[in-house]
Amino acid sequence: MNYFKGTEDYVISKDLRDNVNVSIALQRPLIVKGEPGTGKTLLAHSIAKALGKELIVWNIKSTTKAQEGLYLYDTVQRLNDARFGDSDISDIKQYIKLGKLGEAFASKEQLVLLIDEIDKADIEFPNDLLNEIDEMSFYIPETKETIKAKTRPIVIITSNSEKELPDPFLRRCIFHYIEFPGQELMEEIVHVHFPRIEKKLLREALKKFYWIREFDMLRKKPSTSELIDWLQALIIGGISEKDVEKEIPFLGTLLKNKEDMDIVQKTGKTHYAYNTSMRTRNVY
Amino acid sequence: MFINFFFNLKSRGVPVSLHEWITLHHALAMNLNDSSLTSFYNIARAILVKNEIFFDRYDMAFLDTFDGIETTDEMLEQILAGLKKVKELHLTEEEKRQIEQLNLDEVLKNFEEQLKQGHYKNHVGGNRAIGTGGRSTQGAWGYNPAGIRIGQGESRHRSAVQIAEKRTFKNYSSDITLDTRQMRVALSHLRSLLPIGAGERLDLKKTIDETCKNAGEIELVWETKEKKSSKVMLMMDVGGSMTPFSELVERLFSAASSQISKFKHFYFHNCFYQDLWTDMERNKSIPTMDMIKSEDSDYKVIIVGDAEMAPSELTWVNGAIDYWYYNDTPGIVWMQRIKEKFKDIIWVNPLPKRNWEYVHSIRMVRDIFPMFELTLDGLDEGVKFLMSGKCALYSRK
Repeated sequence: MNYFKGTEDYVISKDLRDNVNVSIALQRPLIVKGEPGTGKTLLAHSIAKALGKELIVWNIKSTTKAQEGLYLYDTVQRLNDARFGDSDISDIKQYIKLGKLGEAFASKEQLVLLIDEIDKADIEFPNDLLNEIDEMSFYIPETKETIKAKTRPIVIITSNSEKELPDPFLRRCIFHYIEFPGQELMEEIVHVHFPRIEKKLLREALKKFYWIREFDMLRKKPSTSELIDWLQALIIGGISEKDVEKEIPFLGTLLKNKEDMDIVQKTGKTHYAYNTSMRTRNVY
Repeated sequence: MFINFFFNLKSRGVPVSLHEWITLHHALAMNLNDSSLTSFYNIARAILVKNEIFFDRYDMAFLDTFDGIETTDEMLEQILAGLKKVKELHLTEEEKRQIEQLNLDEVLKNFEEQLKQGHYKNHVGGNRAIGTGGRSTQGAWGYNPAGIRIGQGESRHRSAVQIAEKRTFKNYSSDITLDTRQMRVALSHLRSLLPIGAGERLDLKKTIDETCKNAGEIELVWETKEKKSSKVMLMMDVGGSMTPFSELVERLFSAASSQISKFKHFYFHNCFYQDLWTDMERNKSIPTMDMIKSEDSDYKVIIVGDAEMAPSELTWVNGAIDYWYYNDTPGIVWMQRIKEKFKDIIWVNPLPKRNWEYVHSIRMVRDIFPMFELTLDGLDEGVKFLMSGKCALYSRK
């Protein structure tokens, strides 16, 4: 049986790991929801890597239709080919192209299927896939063929909660909400990316990072990926922890918005938490 | 007793279906929770609850059902505190056979007795008590096939009931007033006001026509469905008692405006009079009558305000709260006029619903406009009303 333990380059909480294993054991799709930058998409990559399985990614856009995931019947190509009569068009099969979902079903080996940002699509989109995900099979009327999965793929679905997903769809899935990592878990995550980062610098940087996240008025709170970028900038810039204490260098990597930067810079001068961090700088 | 959990969840309004309940039993039958209540808490939540806004209610139901339950989690915890890793034990075949004769019931009994007597403390090796590397029936890294294996690897340091008690997800609950974190979620509810995307399809009839005209040379004609755009108008109370809310609300809608093709917003203070402001600082204004005359009546109008004011501000001539402002028509008449103009109109109130009955002016405003709470649930209902004219509380006459 497949048992997912996590990979070296992906730090995972025990709860999420348990839920991944439940979804694999029960053969149900796992819906992962959470703030942007909490590693929803990377989860599928990590599972594929840990279990040594191929990964198929189906990126959903606002215009994606459920049918595209199953198969596409290229009628226009066939019509085009029929014009000159130089190729055999009686075989419809050659104009049927399997979509991502179709590919995952047709594969002989079990694989990992990532349906990324399912909430981007139309509200009806998940409903159209209900039966296909339930039975892991679909019928192509043009060729009178049924594509049925030999081994049910491990399905990971991510959602940014832009739209609510329909209840019947949710009922068939396992649900996990990724909370924003706390300071301890965040340290672990950072260590995966920068194994040799200085402890003091990291602590000071994280203190500032969580302080910025406390602001309620921010349009976009910085997430893990922004923190990683910021640390990268700090390391390359050769910034010492003392400088980070005094001010926030490279604020632009954390906040992508003029108004947000103004808020942080303005408040930074008078804010209590900021000043306490100044006062206690000799403690560490 | 276990089924109580299901009904507890139901009674707290967590939408659990039988389908999910049976799935949970499948998971338990496969022992995916490792017989631990903590894992059960987590797994049951993943299977039964599909939205983080219900996590808090799930916690409460969990507490209700399982509070005071005896679990092995705590026992494990105590034992582990006294355990240390030692070398693994090597046994001869004969010794192994002897040990195999023990049965599990005896072992369990023994286990609990020893636990009571406090034998587990720092015990390493040996044949009787709980410890590591021994031949006794309890402890880790030892040898006994009928033994209870405890504490291999890391333990969980909090029991599930304690986790549930913390109620970390309280803020995600849908019936508290919106805070910034929830803005994005709230926006998603407004998205149902958005137009449905344009479809592109091969127009078969025209394609055949064009192809024939083109002497067999294929000419494809695509048909595009026209976008149905929705128009949204926001009228917001600014100043006074609304100050704490104004910025939040402003941001909610300014983000929405980028997605809605026709978006208008106006500001007022407590009540509508003959002028509506077009900026938050209340410097620029347009006459309300002009707005009523010139705008289309198919706007979906959302009014945000606490409707908390002196009744005189609604009913009196010159009742406006600003002393420099004179209105010759009472505010309530302006409200009626706006209501008559726009058929899809709702009032969203950031004050909690339970306070509404105690404020006279809110009651008066509620008689004119359908009023909803500024919470996820309230917005949901409100948007439903705007789109279909029907919701649980109101229906359009």
